[in-house]
Amino acid sequence: MIEVQNLTKTYGQITAVNNISFTIEKGEIVGFLGPNGAGKSTTMNIITGFIPSTEGTVKVDGYDIMENPKEVKKRIGYLPELPPLYMDMTVQDYLYFSSELKSVDKKKRKGQINEIMELVRITDVRKRLIKNLSKGYKQRVGLAQALIGNPEVLILDEPTVGLDPKQIIEIRRLIKALGKEHTIILSSHILPEVSAICERVIIINKGEIAAIDTPENLSKGFDNSSKFSIRIAGPKNSVLNLLKGVYGVKSVDVNERKEQDVNDYIVDSTTEVDVRRPIFYELAKYGYPILELKSLSMSLEDIFLQLTTEEKEVG
Amino acid sequence: MYAIFKREFKAYFYSPIAYVLIGLFILISSIFFLSNIYGGYADFNSNLSQMNFVLLFILPILTMRLLSEERKNGTEVLLVTSPVNVTGIVVGKYLAAVAVFLVMTALTSVYQFILFGFGNPAVAQLIGGYVAFILLGCCFIAVGLFASSLTESQIIAAVTGIISLLVMWLMGYISSFTTGFVSKVLSWFSILERYDDFNIGILNLGSIIYYISFIFVFLFLTIRVIEKRRWSKG
Repeated sequence: MIEVQNLTKTYGQITAVNNISFTIEKGEIVGFLGPNGAGKSTTMNIITGFIPSTEGTVKVDGYDIMENPKEVKKRIGYLPELPPLYMDMTVQDYLYFSSELKSVDKKKRKGQINEIMELVRITDVRKRLIKNLSKGYKQRVGLAQALIGNPEVLILDEPTVGLDPKQIIEIRRLIKALGKEHTIILSSHILPEVSAICERVIIINKGEIAAIDTPENLSKGFDNSSKFSIRIAGPKNSVLNLLKGVYGVKSVDVNERKEQDVNDYIVDSTTEVDVRRPIFYELAKYGYPILELKSLSMSLEDIFLQLTTEEKEVG
Repeated sequence: MYAIFKREFKAYFYSPIAYVLIGLFILISSIFFLSNIYGGYADFNSNLSQMNFVLLFILPILTMRLLSEERKNGTEVLLVTSPVNVTGIVVGKYLAAVAVFLVMTALTSVYQFILFGFGNPAVAQLIGGYVAFILLGCCFIAVGLFASSLTESQIIAAVTGIISLLVMWLMGYISSFTTGFVSKVLSWFSILERYDDFNIGILNLGSIIYYISFIFVFLFLTIRVIEKRRWSKG
């Protein structure tokens, strides 16, 4: 659906985007992740036709953005970092204007706008001037604008910024639901959001792609060990020795708890062996109950930091 | 294009600017009108000619926000990423400004009731005068729109527009005290030279075409400026 090949964008001496390539299939929800200034917004601006690339091609549904900009723009709904709102218009008028710009069929306009306003929960402010709305509402009007015309592709630059936690959950659910019928590119700084909604993640740093994969694969790739936190009732030393004796366990740390003889053990094991079952059976043999078992694999945050933080050798 | 025209026209009346400019226009034209009447002139065309100079200031102020504001507010991205032509955007905005100008002009019809009621003005001349006035205004608006496309600052757009129009205005005067080739060139480019025929009721086709071409040139330049910005590869 979206093919980006060898995309480069320079502003004089500064390279904002350096030879990136990726493909997004129809119906995928893909996340763009990266520190500020990484090139996420620039890439999105190029895909939507707002700025031209210096080199490379972008094709949406087979149409090249430089050769056939109109066809591409018909298929994309864009919510930029700064929602393009006309402060002097009412919400309704603004959405109507957007539907005119996108050449939505006249008869369908009103119905579609009402539907979208319901979806994004801005129906009750539809007659209000946009400049009088709170940031959260403004953000939602921007999102509504992107949905006008029911485009096949949605490109959303930080769609949940400025929303309160309840609204964030709603919008995430909405995006996930939209993902069933649309191809979505979503950029965010909120890592849990990206791993919750996106099927694949593209990590961009300094204008280059640092990684592309599913959140799970990225986690696995960085793990050469599995970590668990297990809460066990039993005398500390016996439990420790027992755990260390299980095949595959590399090391065990203890976090003591207030209750008598109940501790949290952080077990580090290799990924080749699933140590959970052996641990269970061993502990059961001696009568030490497992009160809680948690997986502590590397979070997306950790991966992100590792990929995007440079540590240069000192000296 | 119609969508943009509609939005822009409505937007003019949401902010004070249209009301202020129309009010100012009416105020000044009324002052001229009264002074003419007290002088015993039923010739409205001279009133219109006096207003030309006022338009030189009012119209660039009217057009100053048309394109510069889109860039400043961040709404440019909405227009650029929609499947609309640059031409449609430029022409839509141009026509919105022209529409406001026509509202101003239409309000001067009040004077006609007075003139016709008490005097006997020549109709042909009046029509010629209005045609010229409107064409000239449309030219000024085209220049103002072009100025607005060059910058993000409304003030700079207004000032640039006013200065450009002043220069064009003065060209006609300069040609009157220069001679030979320079004089001829200047007077050809002066948009006011062609005005006089209209004032005596002659609708000179050549002049009309001149004015319309002038408008097209500036609209074209505006479109080019915007497109160049969009396609600049950095």
